[in-house]
Amino acid sequence: MLTTAFALSFYTAALVLAGGLGYRIWLYASTPAPLKIPTTPAPLTHSGVAARMFREVVFFQSLFNANKWIWLFGWIFHMALALVVLRHLRYFLQPVPEILVLVQPFGELAGFAMVAGLIALWARRLIVPRIRYISGPSDHLMLALLVAIGISGLTMTYVAHTDIVAVKGFFLGLMYFNWQPLPSDPVLLVHLGLVAALMIIFPFSKLLHAPGVFFSPTRNQADDSREHRYVGSARLEAMSRKA
Amino acid sequence: MAAATSTFKPMDHVHGDPLEIPELACGAMAGSKPYVAAPGQQEALGFPGELVENWQEKAINRLGELVDNSRALRVFLDSCVKCGACTDKCHYFLGTGDPKNMPVARQDLLRKVYRRYFTWSGKYVPWLVGAQDLTKDVLDDWYSHFHQCSQCRRCSVYCPYGIDTAEISMAARDIMDTVGLGQKYSNEIIGKVFNIGNNLGLPAKALKATLAGLEEDVEEETGVPVRFPLDEKGADILLVTPSADFFASPHMEGLIGYAKVMHEAGVSWTFSSYASEAANFGMFVGSQENMQKVAQRIHKAAEELGVKRLVFGECGHAWRVAYSFLDTLAGPFDFLDQNYPIPQHICEFTNDLIDQGKLRFDKSRNDAIRLTFHDSCNVARASRMGDKPGGQFEIPRAILRATCNHFYDMAADTIHEHTLCCGGGGGLLTDELMDVRLKGAQPRMRALQQVAEDHGVTHMAAICAICKAQFSKVLPQYGFDMESIVSVHQMVSNAIILTGSIQEQDYEAARLSVLQEV
Ligand code: SF4
Ligand code: SF4
Repeated sequence: MLTTAFALSFYTAALVLAGGLGYRIWLYASTPAPLKIPTTPAPLTHSGVAARMFREVVFFQSLFNANKWIWLFGWIFHMALALVVLRHLRYFLQPVPEILVLVQPFGELAGFAMVAGLIALWARRLIVPRIRYISGPSDHLMLALLVAIGISGLTMTYVAHTDIVAVKGFFLGLMYFNWQPLPSDPVLLVHLGLVAALMIIFPFSKLLHAPGVFFSPTRNQADDSREHRYVGSARLEAMSRKA
Repeated sequence: MAAATSTFKPMDHVHGDPLEIPELACGAMAGSKPYVAAPGQQEALGFPGELVENWQEKAINRLGELVDNSRALRVFLDSCVKCGACTDKCHYFLGTGDPKNMPVARQDLLRKVYRRYFTWSGKYVPWLVGAQDLTKDVLDDWYSHFHQCSQCRRCSVYCPYGIDTAEISMAARDIMDTVGLGQKYSNEIIGKVFNIGNNLGLPAKALKATLAGLEEDVEEETGVPVRFPLDEKGADILLVTPSADFFASPHMEGLIGYAKVMHEAGVSWTFSSYASEAANFGMFVGSQENMQKVAQRIHKAAEELGVKRLVFGECGHAWRVAYSFLDTLAGPFDFLDQNYPIPQHICEFTNDLIDQGKLRFDKSRNDAIRLTFHDSCNVARASRMGDKPGGQFEIPRAILRATCNHFYDMAADTIHEHTLCCGGGGGLLTDELMDVRLKGAQPRMRALQQVAEDHGVTHMAAICAICKAQFSKVLPQYGFDMESIVSVHQMVSNAIILTGSIQEQDYEAARLSVLQEV
């Protein structure tokens, strides 16, 4: 019963996440960008743009220039999250690749960094009047969700161990359509339930910043409008011919 | 209106950190609203004369259309994480403390409506995601706060996703125009361009008379017959400049500088009465159709005059439209000489000549001036000069250093891409918005005050007609001289030594005497 419920929720969550995100990305890609609007100074070439994007996505360059505290907490949270996600791949891969074995100890520590980063961001959201002003219920709930996922995960790692072999069996079973029982450990169930919820919320929430950043014209366009005539929208082009 | 009731005293605010973050003052600027366009002004641009009956439905439809046609808008409306990085980046927030002037809050005025009608969460759980119906109150808020954004893009520099509030403001203004709630100042001006050819409504005759007068003045001053040609077919260069250059100070002093440079370069050039305006307020009101119509006038003029090159005078947003959009909107310009940049900025033109050693300057003629430079937003953050990123910062400064002995930059976090808007850009340069213009200028005025104290700076140069006009108005309020705002080409004009001029004789004589002493 429990296994079936969680199995079905994870199938649903995976479908919603993949379908929703795929649809959003398709929308972003297929919506025209009628004019050249890179925020300058901008790179002149496409390789330059790739480098700019890399600096944005990996180092949060613009955010660094904007506000050192938000940058610090946000960067710690995201990097830690990346490590944590990497570490969790071991529950989906058999045998576990060498690299994941190496990541494991860092991934465990990253759990703390992630929660610490989130709490620091949340504190700013509550304490700094400007940020409190722009925060809505969904912003607080999103933080609550992520913190709860982090804390339930850490609890399983350091306090109330769960039968991790069985958990891995459950997920491998999901992937190969050969369901295996899920341990009924409450912390585990909370952790997994929240993760499924996060997956479902993703394509309907501000988490869309993850694909969005790659499609942001102010960041992904090259500053080359004098070198190459830019034609970004059929509509403008048609009007220009008519005239 | 708001301006009359304000108790803001600029002199009390001119000292301090330009980027000091104010306390939140909720509702402080809710009363700031520009005059609404009259029916005739609306209809001339293809918009309904007044607020239409079913405005709500129409506005929502228009929002949908805009989102479907702008990747920027769609991505920006979806991606904001409310991180707060942009909250202290807008000069209007810094100057007013009104939280709705924080870029993210300004975006949210539109985003909450987008969420309500176009997203799943906004339809079913609006309270959770801050989605709201488009009510009359919301529309009022839009009209007020989307006219407290100069579309300067400072916020987009700092946002981790490059969210550009200027794009959001343009969309909001387009929607308001579409339902019949236009802004008088901008729409009236666009109408003048369509009817007469420029923002100021100067007819060809008046232009001709002005230019003839300038020829006389310059010949009197220099002894050299510097020409100010208008509508001369077969000239090599079409110079398109903001019409303020034909009219007001310090703009006109800059125009004289262009003409002197063109003369000394020995090129044939002309203005056009049909395209006697570089500015394009179509961008401010977010109407691509109107922006394109204005832009196409330049194409038409260039083709009809048979010129080979296109050069733009000192104007910020005009240079954005020229540099970034013109080829897309009104191109291709394949009939022009492809060996030159299309279009070229007058600063690039002048600086090239300086680099080639073709211009001589007597810098001492600017010795009474201790100068700084105000980077105009649209030049700094939405365009380029030269062939390297950031050329838009280096080239004007190179010209100023070549023409003036005393040059000092303002604080690093207030120049280049971090530059602070003059406070009057984006279609806000109208008297009824003086209150928000004054307050929005505060960060820049403080940065200027700092260099005035530290380096004895007396003047500030700019390459934007709007900046110049705005500063002429606000500088005196902050305790500076009204004439402390100068054009970059005014400095050129002051210092340039024209071949065969009276100044050349003095210059040569001075050089000779120096040589003899040695
Ligand atoms: S910096 Fe960008 S993501 Fe952050 S609050 Fe401002 S607009 Fe939103
Ligand atoms: S574009 Fe400029 S004026 Fe508009 S919100 Fe951003 S910083 Fe403020």
